[in-house]
Amino acid sequence: MAILETRNLKKYYGRVRALDDVSIDVDAGELLAVIGPSGSGKTTFLRSIAGFVKLDAGHVYIEGKDITELPPEKRDVSMFFQNYALWPHMTVFDNVAYGLKLRKMPKEEIEKRVHDVLKLLDIEELVDRKPSQLSGGQQQRVALARAIVVKPKVLLLDEPLSNLDAKIRLRIRFEIKALQQKLNLPTVYVTHDQEEALSIADKVAVMHEGKVLQLGTPEEVYKSPVNFFVADFIGTNCVLTLKVLDGRVKIGNKIFEVSSKETARMVVRSDEAEVLEARAEPGKDGLRIPGEIKGKLYMGSKYRYEIRIEESEDALFVNSGESFKIGEKITVFVPDGSYFVY
Amino acid sequence: MNVARITLRIAAVVLILFIIIGPLVGIVLWSFAHRWYWPNPIPQEFGLRYWQMVFRQGRILDSLLLSLTIAVIVVGLSLLFAIPAAYGFARYRIPMERVLLVLFLMPQAFPQLPVFINLASIFNRIGLGGNMWGIIFAHTMASLVYSVWIVTATFRSIPMELEQVARNLGASRLKTFFTITLPLAVPGIIASAIFVFLWSLGEFTAAFFIGAPFIQTATVLMYTASMGYNMQIASVIAILLIIPSILFMIIIERYLKAEYLAGMGG
Repeated sequence: MAILETRNLKKYYGRVRALDDVSIDVDAGELLAVIGPSGSGKTTFLRSIAGFVKLDAGHVYIEGKDITELPPEKRDVSMFFQNYALWPHMTVFDNVAYGLKLRKMPKEEIEKRVHDVLKLLDIEELVDRKPSQLSGGQQQRVALARAIVVKPKVLLLDEPLSNLDAKIRLRIRFEIKALQQKLNLPTVYVTHDQEEALSIADKVAVMHEGKVLQLGTPEEVYKSPVNFFVADFIGTNCVLTLKVLDGRVKIGNKIFEVSSKETARMVVRSDEAEVLEARAEPGKDGLRIPGEIKGKLYMGSKYRYEIRIEESEDALFVNSGESFKIGEKITVFVPDGSYFVY
Repeated sequence: MNVARITLRIAAVVLILFIIIGPLVGIVLWSFAHRWYWPNPIPQEFGLRYWQMVFRQGRILDSLLLSLTIAVIVVGLSLLFAIPAAYGFARYRIPMERVLLVLFLMPQAFPQLPVFINLASIFNRIGLGGNMWGIIFAHTMASLVYSVWIVTATFRSIPMELEQVARNLGASRLKTFFTITLPLAVPGIIASAIFVFLWSLGEFTAAFFIGAPFIQTATVLMYTASMGYNMQIASVIAILLIIPSILFMIIIERYLKAEYLAGMGG
C-alpha cells in the first residue's frame, strides 16, 4: 500500500502553474526522486506535502488519512531544507532533540534517541557544538539527524546535496540511499541533478511547468523517454535539428517517420555514441552517421570531438579513446535505443 | 612615514578627541567647581559641594528616579507593541505596509517643539497633562519608530526556514515564535530597547511641555538649573544621565556584537 498518496494537486501563482494536476504515490520504503529544471514545480510539490503551500485543489493522504487541511505541525512528515536551516542559538543536541521535546518524551529517552541517531550518522562527537562551528557536510548530517530522529511517516528531502562539494556529494549519495533503506522510510527526494536522481531513486518523476511528464523507474525514464523534454533532460545528450521531407527524416543509414511538419529533433545519448573510422563496420545494429572532425579536446583518458554532419546544422559532441585528426572523415555510431526522434 | 604626516595624524586625533570629549570635560569641571569666573581657563575653587547638594536634596534624586521610571516603562510599552507589530510586518503581507511604517516615523519627522506643544494642549484637555503617564504616552508614541523599525528589520533577517523547520517538527505557531524566532531576535530587541531607553532618558521637549511644572524629569530640572545660572547642578545631573548611556555602551560592546553575529550569520 502506498504510504503517501497525492491526488490531482493544483497550485497556481497567478498565471504560473506550479502544480498542474500532479498525482504521485510513494510506497513503504520507496525513494521517489522528483527532478526538473528550476521553476518546474518540484519544490512546490514537496512543500505542499509538508503543508507550507496551500493547494488550490487536490488531496494529500498519508496512510490513507487525508492531511490536506492539516497545519504543518500535525502532518508527521519531516522535511530536510536545502540550506539545512539549523538553529544557530542551539547546540547540535538541542537542534536534534527539539522535535522529541515537543513530543513530551522522558529526558532519558530523548538523550538515548539523539545519541543513537548521531551515532548512526557518525557525528556523535559534535553533540555540544553550535552550528556555526560545523563544516557544510557536518551541518548536512545534523539537519538529516534532526529530520529522522522523530521517526516521521514520510521523509522529504529538498536538494540535500546541492550545497556540498562535488567529491563529498558522490559518497553521501550512497550513504543517503543506505540510510533510507535501513530506516525503510518512504522518501521524496527533490533534485535538479538528473544523474543523482537516476542513481539513488526507486522511482523517478520528471516535472516541467507544473506537470509530471513521466513517472517510472530510472531505467524506464532513461531508456524510453515519453517526449523530447524528458529525453533531453535525462542523460548527457546532443540535440540535432533535422529537416522533414514528406513526413520523413533521413539521417545516416536510417529513415524515421515523424509527425512534425518542417523540422524534427533527434536526441543522441552522447555517452553511448562512438567515433569510428569512415569505413568501419560495427558489429551491432544502430545508427551510422558519416561526418567530419571539426574540433578536438584532450580530456586525459579520452578525446572530445566536435563532429559536423551533413543532415543538420548542429554539431555532435562525442568522446572517444582513439585519436583522429581534425578534418578526418569518420562515422558516428549510435547503438539502437540510444537515440530518439521527435 | 615622514614627520609631516605623523604630525597631521596626531593633530587629527587630537581634534577628534577635543570634539568628542571636550564638552564632557567641561561638564565634569563644572560639576566640581565652587567658583569659576571668566576668563579663567579652570575653576578657581574645587569641591564636592554641588554633588553633596544633589544627593541631599530629595527633589533632584526624585526627578532622576522619575526619568528612570519613565524610561523603563516606555521601553516596556514600546516593545510590547513593537514585537507583535514588527512580526506582522516581517512575516505577513499587510495592506499599506509602507504607509503604516512611515506613520511611526511621523512624531519624529517634524520639529519636536510644535509636535509636543500640540500634544500637550490635547493632553491638558483629557487630563494627561502634568502627569507621568502623559509623558510616558508621548514617549512611547515617539519611540515606536525606533522599536518597530529595528525589530521589524531583525525579524526580517531571520530566515523563514528556521521557523518552518520547527513547524515541520511539530511546533505550533506560538511555540515556534517563543522557542525559535524570539530567541534569535533578542540581540535586535535589546538594541532597540537601548535606543528607546536612552532617547526617553534624554528627552526634554515632551517632558517639559507635558510634565512641567507639576512634575520635573531630570532633563527638565537640568534645564531649570542652568537657566538659573546654576551650571554646577546642571552638570552633576548631566553626568548622572550619561552614566546609563555609558553602561549600555559597554553592554553593547561586550555582549551584543558576538551574539548578533552568531544569531544573524546562520
